[in-house]
Amino acid sequence: MADPENAKEATTLRYAFGNVLSFFILLLIGVLAFWIRLFSVIKYESVIHEFDPYFNYRVTQFLTKNGIYDFWNWFDDRTWYPLGRVIGGTVYPGLTLTAGTIWWILNSLNIPLSVETVCVFTAPIFSAFASWATYLLTKEVKGAGAGLTAAALLAMVPSYISRSVAGSYDNEAVAIFALIFTFYLYIKTLNTGSLFYATLNALAYFYMVCSWGGYTFIINLIPMHVLLCIVTGRYSSRLYIAYAPLVVLGTLLAALVPVVGFNAVMTSEHFASFLVFIIIHVVAFVYYIKGILSPKMFKVAVTLVVSVGLVVCCAVMAILIALVASSPTKGWSGRSLSLLDPTYASKYIPIIASVSEHQPPTWPSYFMDINVLAFLVPAGIIACFLPLSDASSFVVLYIVTSVYFSGVMVRLMLVLAPAACVMSGIALSESFSVFTRSIKFQLHGLSGSSQVDSGDASSSTVVAQNDAGKAEKTEDTAKERPSKKSKKKEKGIVDKPSLKAKIERRLLVLPFEASIFAILLLVLLGAFYVVHCVWAAAEAYSAPSIVLTSYSHDGGLHVFDDFREAYAWLSHNTEVDDKVASWWDYGYQTTAMANRTVIVDNNTWNNTHIATVGTAMSSPEKAAWEIFNSLDVKYVLVVFGGLVGYPSDDINKFLWMVRIGGGVFPHIKEPDYLRDGQYRIDSQATPTMLNCLMYKLSYYRFVETDGRGFDRVRQTEIGKKNFKLTHFEEVFTTHHWMVRIYKLKPPRNRIRGKTKKPRSKTSSTTRTKRSAATKRNPWH
Amino acid sequence: MARSTSKDAQALFNSLRSAYSATPTSFKIIDLYVGFAVFTALIQVVYMAIVGSFPFNSFLSGVLSCVGTAVLAVCLRIQVNKENKEFKDLPPERAFADFVLCNLVLHLVIMNFLG
Repeated sequence: MADPENAKEATTLRYAFGNVLSFFILLLIGVLAFWIRLFSVIKYESVIHEFDPYFNYRVTQFLTKNGIYDFWNWFDDRTWYPLGRVIGGTVYPGLTLTAGTIWWILNSLNIPLSVETVCVFTAPIFSAFASWATYLLTKEVKGAGAGLTAAALLAMVPSYISRSVAGSYDNEAVAIFALIFTFYLYIKTLNTGSLFYATLNALAYFYMVCSWGGYTFIINLIPMHVLLCIVTGRYSSRLYIAYAPLVVLGTLLAALVPVVGFNAVMTSEHFASFLVFIIIHVVAFVYYIKGILSPKMFKVAVTLVVSVGLVVCCAVMAILIALVASSPTKGWSGRSLSLLDPTYASKYIPIIASVSEHQPPTWPSYFMDINVLAFLVPAGIIACFLPLSDASSFVVLYIVTSVYFSGVMVRLMLVLAPAACVMSGIALSESFSVFTRSIKFQLHGLSGSSQVDSGDASSSTVVAQNDAGKAEKTEDTAKERPSKKSKKKEKGIVDKPSLKAKIERRLLVLPFEASIFAILLLVLLGAFYVVHCVWAAAEAYSAPSIVLTSYSHDGGLHVFDDFREAYAWLSHNTEVDDKVASWWDYGYQTTAMANRTVIVDNNTWNNTHIATVGTAMSSPEKAAWEIFNSLDVKYVLVVFGGLVGYPSDDINKFLWMVRIGGGVFPHIKEPDYLRDGQYRIDSQATPTMLNCLMYKLSYYRFVETDGRGFDRVRQTEIGKKNFKLTHFEEVFTTHHWMVRIYKLKPPRNRIRGKTKKPRSKTSSTTRTKRSAATKRNPWH
Repeated sequence: MARSTSKDAQALFNSLRSAYSATPTSFKIIDLYVGFAVFTALIQVVYMAIVGSFPFNSFLSGVLSCVGTAVLAVCLRIQVNKENKEFKDLPPERAFADFVLCNLVLHLVIMNFLG
């Protein structure tokens, strides 16, 4: 054995070097996470993307301008006219408060960044934080080497990039960081049993509740894990300290957030935590009694308690079940029910079913979004079982539940991404350590299999001194199967835990060339992953969707900026109080950019109001005019992609207008619009379809463009080509005909022909009463 | 059957009492505190059942503060108990400091939520 002084010095130096190296690696990972998300800023401009971020941006603007008290009490009357929306009570404030705080700090340091810049760059900054949180989490589960790998994987995973590019200013940007950080603190509390970390855990959970509706995942996953630990016999007092304060503090903190309020104690999403709270107290009490009684007396106690307690328990359960069953949804909200039963939304709530993010994912989207991790995850699951600890059982449970939920809704692939990165980091790190261990072992020239005494520290130090970056000490002996090793995708490595009881340990290693080749293949795997992630970030997920580009056949770039053109026209050419009606997709953008009052927007909290707009779009011109007039609408906005081939226009969304409208107003019947089960706009279309407002507003004067009226999206000529609008007039069409704005014509003063009762607004009250009685009421 | 059960119950009760009296006094004080907190919570629930739950946030914060301090005291007792092998390196002053910190956070939240 070498001189112990020198060996100790060498190890401390190695550890110090390792720590410095890991620090720099983490710094680089953070920088990578930030920079890979900047493709959209470079390719387009520093603009806010999509739809929901515009609402968050508008709320942040209000917060920075008016301060926090006005923000909490804000009643927004420029949306959902005439209902308005209580912003303070219905928005998750975490994201806006975070960005507002960052802006305020920077401005008080005299760094004059605009609110828009802060909003655009919030997501990349927090993704850097999220990768550091992943490092901390995986370090608690397996060790620092696995932590660094998992952090590097998370920095680049395409599924997380898709919701956190620069410009995607949405709740998930901050919420994923809060999720991983909460899980890290929970595992840390579980490992150390310190009440300090339990407090921090509750505060991180509070931040998560503030940020995203997905916090219910945490408050159901952690009780599930506690139950799993109890059932598998891993109850310990650390588990109690990790769980019980979290429930009490967490429920209180969740109830503090206005949007959650009393739902924290009344809805079924939280009942699991209370149930497990009771269970863990019962279990803790049982263990305590077991500790202070003799075994014979304990048996007596058990029989006594079981006989009496069972009766009481049944009575309490019966009351609880009666309470829950009395509500029609059993206390669950619509969104949670659609997660548990994937067919629920399509049967009962067409609004939830119509959102494209709520559809189940296809198989290719798994490979697109988590790429190589998809087949590293099973290896990671196996590595977690060797040895199984509380922390690794938690991560296994996390990945299993998140795989299920990601299969229900494509939006939840985002929750799968951190779990997949943690598992893959563990798998990659374990396999690297096996290979490098065999290389080092072979290099030292020892014989292939040697008998080692048990408890001999020297052999474990020889095999455990891996690369400096991994500060973990592995005391397992690995039994590899050399025959299967050369395949890169073969994850058949089985690490057996060291059997401390055995006297002899056989140390088997792989052949030298096989290990080198395998390491090269793993590095190649990582290279493929990086290439895919950068490609996905650059090509697939960086589109701001408010600005579109395409390449003409001579290679030039053509920019479609029609949306901003339309909103700018609205804000410059209409009165401040004018109401604009459009389909709910464009509500947030209209209020944020055009600064006009809208009828419905992306919050979709009022189904009847959306159905009213949908009915208006599906009705003939006169009926639609009546509906819009009753809502004080002045302008109607439609999105039309037929001239340039933009597929997400309102005609393609028309089926949802009909379905949602028909769900509330039965006179809209979907079969009236279908020919052979399809929505058609060509000469074979049904007369109801050819007469409805959406058709007319989309295709008014469309024949003037090419003489035939060829719709590039539907790939056919339109059915009705030359028609005039009687109740609407066109006021603006953007450059590529993508957004068309119409104004409601005021009612005529005189009607030619048969004398009908005039319907002008200034008629006398008796006239309006009579006309109200005789005119066709679209609400019946 | 009933007599043997009652005799068993008595024997159980006696052994419980003798085992419990062996615990140190400091733990008994903590247990008394826990009992007091739970008792206060029960009184609040009974009061709500009688009077109605109108300022529900006040009821919730009151009950949860009692339950919260009970839970934290139990955690303190776990951490200070010398018989727990997992916590033998933890100095009791650190455990008490954590207990105070957690209680501070809890009561800050309570005061905010009390309305």
